Amino acid sequence: MQELLQYLFSGVTNGAIYAVIALGFSLLYNSTELINFAHGEFAMLGGLSLVTLWAGLGLPLPAALILAVGIGVGAGFLFERLAIRTVRRPDPIVLVIITVGASILLRGVAMILWGKDSHSVPFFSDHAPLAVMGARLLPQSLWILAIAAGLILALRAFFKHSLTGKAMEACAVNPKAARLIGIPTGRMNLLAFMLSTGTGAVAGVIIAPITMCSYDMGTMLGLKGFCAAMLGGLGSLWGALMGGFLLGILESAGVGLFSSGYKDAIAFILLLLILYLKPAGLLGAAKIQRF
Amino acid sequence: MTSHNTRSHRQVRPIACLILMTMLVALPLQAAEMYKIGGIFSVTGPASFLGDPEKRSLEMAVASINAAGGIDGRLLEAVIYDTEGDPQKAVSGINKLINKDRVLAVIGPSTTPATLAVKSFAERARIPLISCAAGIAITDPVTPWTFKTAQNDVLAVAAIYGHMRRQGIGRIALLTVANAFGESGKQQLEKQAGAAGLQIVAVESFGDKDTDMTAQLTKIRSAGPDAIVCWGTNPGPAVVAKNVQQLEIKAPLYQSHGVASPKFIELAGAAAEGIYLPTGKILVADLLPADDPQKAVLGDYVRRYQEKFNLPVSGFGGYAYDAMQLLARAMVGTGGDRQQIRDNLENIQNHAGVSGVFSFSAQDHNGLGPEAFVMVRIEGGTWKLEK
Amino acid sequence: MSLKPLLPYLVLAAAVVLTGLLVDNFYALQVLIFIGINTLLALGLNMLMGYAGQISLGHAAFYGLGAYASGVLTVHCQWSPWPALAVALALAAAVAWLVGLPTLRLSGYYLGMGTLGFGMIVFIVFREGGALTGGASGLVGIPPLTLGGVDLSDPQRYFFLVWTVVLGFMLLCRRLIDSRVGRALRAIHDSEQAARAVGVDTHRFKLQVFVLSAVMAALGGFLYAHLIGFISPESFNFMVSVRLVTMVVIGGMASVWGALLGAGLLTLLPEWLHAFADFEMIVYGAILIGVMIFLPQGLTRGLIDAYERLRRQAPGISSAP
Repeated sequence: MQELLQYLFSGVTNGAIYAVIALGFSLLYNSTELINFAHGEFAMLGGLSLVTLWAGLGLPLPAALILAVGIGVGAGFLFERLAIRTVRRPDPIVLVIITVGASILLRGVAMILWGKDSHSVPFFSDHAPLAVMGARLLPQSLWILAIAAGLILALRAFFKHSLTGKAMEACAVNPKAARLIGIPTGRMNLLAFMLSTGTGAVAGVIIAPITMCSYDMGTMLGLKGFCAAMLGGLGSLWGALMGGFLLGILESAGVGLFSSGYKDAIAFILLLLILYLKPAGLLGAAKIQRF
Repeated sequence: MTSHNTRSHRQVRPIACLILMTMLVALPLQAAEMYKIGGIFSVTGPASFLGDPEKRSLEMAVASINAAGGIDGRLLEAVIYDTEGDPQKAVSGINKLINKDRVLAVIGPSTTPATLAVKSFAERARIPLISCAAGIAITDPVTPWTFKTAQNDVLAVAAIYGHMRRQGIGRIALLTVANAFGESGKQQLEKQAGAAGLQIVAVESFGDKDTDMTAQLTKIRSAGPDAIVCWGTNPGPAVVAKNVQQLEIKAPLYQSHGVASPKFIELAGAAAEGIYLPTGKILVADLLPADDPQKAVLGDYVRRYQEKFNLPVSGFGGYAYDAMQLLARAMVGTGGDRQQIRDNLENIQNHAGVSGVFSFSAQDHNGLGPEAFVMVRIEGGTWKLEK
Repeated sequence: MSLKPLLPYLVLAAAVVLTGLLVDNFYALQVLIFIGINTLLALGLNMLMGYAGQISLGHAAFYGLGAYASGVLTVHCQWSPWPALAVALALAAAVAWLVGLPTLRLSGYYLGMGTLGFGMIVFIVFREGGALTGGASGLVGIPPLTLGGVDLSDPQRYFFLVWTVVLGFMLLCRRLIDSRVGRALRAIHDSEQAARAVGVDTHRFKLQVFVLSAVMAALGGFLYAHLIGFISPESFNFMVSVRLVTMVVIGGMASVWGALLGAGLLTLLPEWLHAFADFEMIVYGAILIGVMIFLPQGLTRGLIDAYERLRRQAPGISSAP
């Protein structure tokens, strides 16, 4: 029992991170129908920025957090303006390859800026692990859950209650109609990009204290987040959440109950089964995209 | 787009051929003058913590040999390529070194898979290869042209098990990274456990980019081991150290020589306290008795590395440094004859290097004994020599 | 089939023969062999992506299956490589058929996800395969190829072997594209629903192309394994699959020559960029982005456009009214 609870804690902590990354994928897909293969790199950017701002420059934590996420948002802005907007005939697959190129480029830049070594930052708050029925829960896990929940509530409020948010949703539902009624779809796409990369940076920031940050940490995070987003159903924000937590818990249960070497394989086999049974993810719309 | 495509196929073909031909010509060609030494290291990529200091150390060794007048009056030149830890790039690299740069010998690669991939090419070209990777399969069985300077996993495991026996430990759990380094360690750990009187009660693994290992450690904890051995390279083992602390596991944690650098203490922070690990003597150079044969070499290497690069020193760069020093010793008086260089290498005895005292023979192309490793304990953010 | 469409292939064949005879630099030949193997992989994937409109983010799995099947049989069972090749190709075809059956019913990014998951699972099986696959440390001692007593490990002979195979498959794909199958595939790519409406058994055609591309990838894996003599799981991971997709898109989808150009460029780039040392990744990424921004339809189409612009600009040469 105690073991099971510990697996659950481990799964929920990892799952929250996957969920936040998946959220970024879904946010962008919603508005642009694009998968950003460089998304994990924005998480890396957020994490490493926090290393410099908080551990390096000694800024107070809240300021460092906001600035690190700001850097993610800014990088997203530049990325959209320089590399995505400039494509003349934006075929989805072409844009996907551009994001692959961007992921390599960002890794290269981060390697020059932060070096090849890993970096670590302290926990957000310096408490001893909490004991819950014999299992141990890190305060940082609570931070991760709280920030993830806050982010989701904020996004929900944005989409449901602000004019800009509603305009963005309109673009996602029907871009042509949105343009006809005067919504600047181009600017909405830009905003979606910045929201998405900002979310990625949030994931990097909250994960930084429990793992180590290095220039090449983004690939695995992006991959897991992509799987979570697909699992939940692309474009569905709740689906992204569900997919993230499900993937995290599956992995940790795979370690606990089967074998740690095959844990990723177990997670992927279940993923495939779910895909075969529900070809558009758990909560996704049945609408399907061509390349 | 497909329907338009066929129309213009005919025009593109000659251009495609032309482009391909241009690409061929663009492969640059040049000739050799000085003694050229090749280096192939994973300067970038996941194993850059090995390749980067190795590249620096090789350059440093070449510079100091040249400053002392070179070998037989001829200067050295190092040509170094990056493998990114990818066996295919390593194969490309060694063939470029052998056939384009026409080097006399090759130092590297940094990792075991890359070395195993390039080994047959070095053997076929009859060119001395001095690998900087740890895997035992590189020099066991011995092949004529392949040597290595990194200590075998066998010795690291022997050092750990020796220490455990003195501590009265009987039941151990293994937690290894799921890559070539971790797997080679796991094999040796399992192989030597019986002879050392140790019982392995749990075997778990983790991915090299995993962010949390509490699930594995929870499973290990329920098996109730006296000690845990973690085999991996940064950052995974630092996460393991933190998770062990988080789960309040009391069994002592042993790490491998893969994390034997100040970086590990920096990453794991307070969680590093009390961890045991085997390391080459480099980390405890100051603590060595004055009569240790490596003391002078180590002091010199550490001082110059820190002066030149202003970076904390690890044992990894020493593999390339030793390789160059051994090679330089073997090259004296050969006039650049590869066969003679190889024969001289095989006959080197009692060469005090950074990683240990090398004595090669026709049966042993690693040349290091168990005294190459010492056990250390992390205390107060630094290393303390264990008996 | 008249001779004229064959002409470019003859030119390429002549170029291959000349290169093979004139270049005796082992390194240059080695790079060309890698280009050949990558062309084979990209060509198979291009058939799938460009003509059948199906993406695969797990193609390295088939590449690995070919390499590992042949490697395991020759190392552990002391088979000769040639029967091992037959088994490897059959295995890849069978796996592709089994996996493709449910997976190809997905589409778009979900198909990408399905193939990605398959690729990851195969990678993990290679890594956790213990003594059979050599695990993460890799499989050592794969024998070089011989054919009728002739040792093919000589780089020149291996070069001819690889490029003969590549040329053969380029011709085969060309014929396939021009056949009824090709028309059906293009119909699927343009609109799967329309194709189904006019009676094309879309699922069967997609499955056939998937199996073909898997077999080509496995053949590439066989050629790679027996060239290097050593394989490890990292050579067949997710990033390799992404690189293959990149080759196809950079070269130009739905084009036999695009596969050649994409594979050529992406194999040669790292060789050229060595001089940039730590900046290599930045330059490489920037080139990928740049090619896609300026030639969004790939090098093939970009070259055609440039050629036509040139013809239009040069007065007197243009014969068009």
